[in-house]
This record gives sequence, C-alpha cells and structure tokens, in this order.
Amino acid sequence: MTAILDVQNLAVRFGPTLAVRNASFTVQKGETHCIVGESGCGKSVTALAIMNLLARNARRDAKSIAFAGQDILAYSDRQMEDVRGNRMAMIFQEPMTSLNPSYTIGSQMTEVLRRHHNTTRDLAEQRAIGLMQRVGITAPQMRLGQYPHQLSGGLRQRVMIAMALMCDPELLIADEPTTALDVTVQAQILRLLAELKQELGLGILLITHDLGIVARVADHVSVMYAGEVIETGRTADLFANPSHPYTRGLIDCVPVPGKIKPGEALGSIPGTVPVMKDGFSGCAFRFRCPQASEICTQAVPRHEVGPNHLVQCHLPSRQGGAQ
Amino acid sequence: MTRFIFRRALLALSVVMTVMALAFVLTRLSGDLAISIAGPGSTQADVEVIRKAYGLDRPVLVQFFDWTRLALTGDFGNSFFFKDKVSNLIGQRMPVTFTLGFTGLAVALVISLPLGILAALNENTWIDRLVSLLVMVGQAMPSFWLGLILMIVFGLQLGWLPISGTGSWQHFVMPAIVLAFTAVPALTRLMRSGMIEALGSDYIRTARAKGLSRSSIIFKHALRNAAIPVVSIAAVQLGFMLGGSIVIETVFALHGVGYLAWESISKNDFPVVQAVVLVLASIYIGLTLVSDILNALLDPRLRGA
Ligand SMILES: Nc1ncnc2c1ncn2[C@@H]1O[C@H](COP(=O)(O)OP(=O)(O)OP(=O)(O)O)[C@@H](O)[C@H]1O
Ligand code: SF4
Ligand SMILES: [Mg+2]
Repeated sequence: MTAILDVQNLAVRFGPTLAVRNASFTVQKGETHCIVGESGCGKSVTALAIMNLLARNARRDAKSIAFAGQDILAYSDRQMEDVRGNRMAMIFQEPMTSLNPSYTIGSQMTEVLRRHHNTTRDLAEQRAIGLMQRVGITAPQMRLGQYPHQLSGGLRQRVMIAMALMCDPELLIADEPTTALDVTVQAQILRLLAELKQELGLGILLITHDLGIVARVADHVSVMYAGEVIETGRTADLFANPSHPYTRGLIDCVPVPGKIKPGEALGSIPGTVPVMKDGFSGCAFRFRCPQASEICTQAVPRHEVGPNHLVQCHLPSRQGGAQ
Repeated sequence: MTRFIFRRALLALSVVMTVMALAFVLTRLSGDLAISIAGPGSTQADVEVIRKAYGLDRPVLVQFFDWTRLALTGDFGNSFFFKDKVSNLIGQRMPVTFTLGFTGLAVALVISLPLGILAALNENTWIDRLVSLLVMVGQAMPSFWLGLILMIVFGLQLGWLPISGTGSWQHFVMPAIVLAFTAVPALTRLMRSGMIEALGSDYIRTARAKGLSRSSIIFKHALRNAAIPVVSIAAVQLGFMLGGSIVIETVFALHGVGYLAWESISKNDFPVVQAVVLVLASIYIGLTLVSDILNALLDPRLRGA
C-alpha cells in the first residue's frame, strides 16, 4: 500500500491559541481515513491546513505534509492552486451555502475542470453530466442550467461531490459532509463515498464527530483531542483495542446494540475540551481522564500498541506495553 | 418575474399619483396664487382678473382634475414667467440634468467601487482605515461647500475650468464631481461590506478549494454577489442625484431642471414648480422600480418569484 497523504507533526495556531498541536496521520490510496473528535478539537482546521486554505490569521507549521510523495509544505501559493481542486479536492459541511448562488450548477462544475485542464465547454459539460449521473443526480442535463437555490441540500451535496471529482483527484477531503443532511440522505451519501473509493481508488479523508459513521465506513481512524491526534490505527484494531482513555470514553458514549443492556446508562465523558495556549505541557486530557496520575503533567510519549496502531498516553509505559 | 414587475409598477404608479396630489396641494398651500401672481401693489380688480384668467376661481377639485388630466398627456400648461409651454421648458433643461446625473453617477462608481473593493481586500489594515476616513470626510462635506472650494481652486486660482454656465463639457466637470461626492460614501461602504461578506462566505471557500485564481475568486465569484446591492442602490442614487441636483445646478448656474426649479420657485411660477416636482419625483420613483427589477434580475433567487 502507498500513502497518498502523510502528515507529520502538524501545528496550527491562531495568535496564542493552538488549534492543532501535534497531528500526525497517514491516508493510504483507496482507503477511507476518518478523523474523529469532539467539536472544537481542530478537525476542520487540520483539513484546511492540508489544503492550505487557512484564514489569514492562522500560522501553519509541520515537519512535513507529503502528498503523493511530494512535500507540499514548501509549495508556493501558485503551486498549491494547481493541486487544489485538481489532485486534491474538498467538500464541506454546509451544502446549502457552499455553492455560489449567482452561477448555475453547470458553470460551477465545468469551471474547475477548465481551470486545471485544457478542454472545451462541451466536453466539460459531458463530464459533468456523467459524474452527476454517477453520484445519483437525476436529469443531469436539466440540472446544469439550474441555480443552487433550486436544489435540495442532499442534491447540493451530491453536486459538491461530483464537482470535487471533475478533475479525477487522488485525495478527497470531506469535512462532515453529512452532518447537515437528514439520516436517509446521510446514509446514501456515505454509501456513495464508499463506492467511489472502490471505483476510483480514491483516498478519502473523512472528518466526522460520529463514531457510528467511523465504524461503518472507515478503514483507518485518527482520534483527535484538543488539537492532537491521540490515537490512530486500523478501524478494527482501534475498536477492538481502544488504548487511549479518551478513545475508550468515546466508544462508551456510542450505544452499541447487544452490548448495552436495557436500562443501563450510556457512558459520557464529563468536562469539556480545554483551549490550548502557549506553554501548556503534559496530557491535555488529564483534567477529564479517570486514569490520570502525576506523570501525566509531563510530555506524553507515543507508543505502538499494535501494527500501525499508535497511541499518545502514559498508560502503556506505566503498564509495560499494550494492555 | 412578470407578476413581480407588474406589482412593483402598480405600486410605483400609485406613488406617482400621490406625488401629483401633493405637488398640487403644496403649491396651493403657499398662499393665494392669484395674489402672488399679481404681485405687490396690484389692485383687488387685477387679482380678480388674474384669478379668472388662470381659472383659479373654479373649485379646487375641478382644477386638480383638469391639471391631472392634462399632465397625464404631457401638457403642464404655460409658464407665467417664461411665456412658453412648461413641457418645452422641462424638455430643454432635461438633457443638462441627465448629463449631470449620469456623469455624476459614473464618477461616483469609478471612485467608490475600487475603493470599496480595496478596503474589503485589506480589511482592518491601514488601507481600510484610510478609505473609511476618506469616506467619512466626504460624507461630512456639504456639497455646496465642496462646489465653492472647487470653484475657487480650479476655476478662479488655476483657471482650468469654467465656474458657471452650460456651454461646453468642461462646464460639467466640477458639478459632476460634486454630485458624485454625494453618492460616494454610501456606495463605497456598501461595496466594502458586500465584498467582505462575500469573501468570507462558504462559496468563496469552495472556489478556493477548486484552485481558482485570486482574480477569478475576487472578480467573478465575490464581486458578482457583492455587486447586487450596489447596482440597485446605484439606481436609487441616480434618482437622488437627478432630484438633488437643484443645489449643485444653482451653485454652478448649470441650466438644468434643478436650476429651473429654483428659478420658478423664486418667481412664483407655480405651473413650472408643480411640473418639475412631478417629473423629478416620477424619475426617482421610476429608478427605484428599475432598482427593484435589476435586483431581481441579478439575483437568481429572486428571478423565479
Ligand atoms: N479563523 C479562526 N480564528 C481563530 N480561531 C479559530 C479559527 N478557526 C478555528 N479556530 C479555533 O480552532 C479550534 C478548532 O476549530 P475547528 O473548526 O477545527 O474545530 P472542529 O474540530 O472542526 O469542530 P466542529 O466539530 O465544531 O466542526 C477552535 O477552538 C476554534 O476556536
Ligand atoms: S496521559 Fe495520563 S491523563 Fe493523559 S490520557 Fe493517558 S493516562 Fe490519561
Ligand atoms: Mg469542523
């Protein structure tokens, strides 16, 4: 297997606030890699940092961000423009507002192909129609001439997906693409993404706060907490052997049929995610961690608890390896 | 869309009718017209003759409907002072006012659109603050005062431009600039805020995620949306400018409709006053209608309504 995206020690700050501190993870070709975590833990900022789309007041730092083997950290704005929308595409949480209200669907879809590839309007429209069909949009010919406000949220998200595929990207970053949609549409969109991954050999970085989605679609998971990736591994390993107290807490929050006895309370993690400022050291989870101890105020080591299964916590060293 | 335009046009028409009634009533509120036409030192008999000659002895409602009926056919009667048809007078003066208004609007747009965009692209930097400062100064400056300053500097001291009259295009330069200044603050602010809102929107994030160039993002995607309110306000501003040119035409003795209004008010030439008020108001109302239609045409979300 080859990595399409390899992020090493990504850090993003907004002034004194550290939105992302120490994020490392790898997305393989033809795989769905989920980033999961509570609201505000830095998932969107991580995605935007990879695309180099952060707000002007953000500062991005990393050891490396390798895309298809190239370190895009050093890319100029112009070089990055050529990659975005072309080899690396992104869809967003807000399908209702992510399309320009003043231009037709056709104009917005063909624009991205014509920006990156030398092609005629007709050919671009043909491709748009084909992709719209592929993502389950009926009457694509008619949709080309329609404006976003004439489409439902689910359709708009499908348009966003089709548009993201126009240039046949190698990596698709999807930031909570189904959060704003109702449950049935959500399931359809997730199934579609899974099929596309198979068909096109696409690497997908899927951001979500929903462990249920992770369990359904992810090959790999990275759990984020307060700007850090605190555990990453294959989905099966991570669910079978959650090694970070936070991951375990998250999994306990999800009602699993058969595992929960009727009447038994669901687990929940008391407290909230702290905002990280300069000068913080030790484990950010220690204020909520049931297993916290003295040593947790010190720099936290990263352990390999299984093949490709990394966890950032003092526990494994205290207990002498995997538990 | 046609229904939308029809409804708006009906509304505009009813406003015009109201303005007609107001124009009629207000000129009559200023006193007994027969007495003011006759002038000081005239005898009671003179006044009675005038009252009869101008039909002012008839019931007010009859006068109103008479005037309305003729006005709707474009006949505003004769001027007392100029010994000419009012419609001719207005027809002769209109091109001057229109030239001034359109030039003023063009100058205003040429100044305010780039300033607004520049400020938005550099939000909260010294450039943005400088633009805000200029806009504030512009707003605080009364137009007659700016007109006088320009006259003194460019007309009298430098001698580059004529200070009064209507003879050549040079006569329009200073009045158009002064008139433009009345619209620049509002247009600049609107352009700036519209642009800032557009640039911060989700669809701009999408455009950036598509790898579009900076100029395409700014001028195609953001400007198109930010310009919708600016275009419709520009139409309304043009109405203001045409109506509000009274002060500027008077300062620069530019013989447009505004100047005509001023002349006829000071001479109690009430058929002219009534007609000018009605015509300027109708233009203003018409442009507001145009503004609504433009707004709907530019915004696809309104087009279907
Ligand atoms: N433009 C910005 N300026 C300042 N702080 C920001 C900015 N964008 C994000 N942040 C901060 O970065 C942190 C992470 O935000 P982010 O949007 O990545 O969260 P998230 O994990 O995507 O949450 P959610 O699930 O709510 O989308 C937050 O604490 C937020 O306050
Ligand atoms: S490092 Fe300590 S506080 Fe942090 S998760 Fe591990 S045990 Fe808990
Ligand atoms: Mg987010």
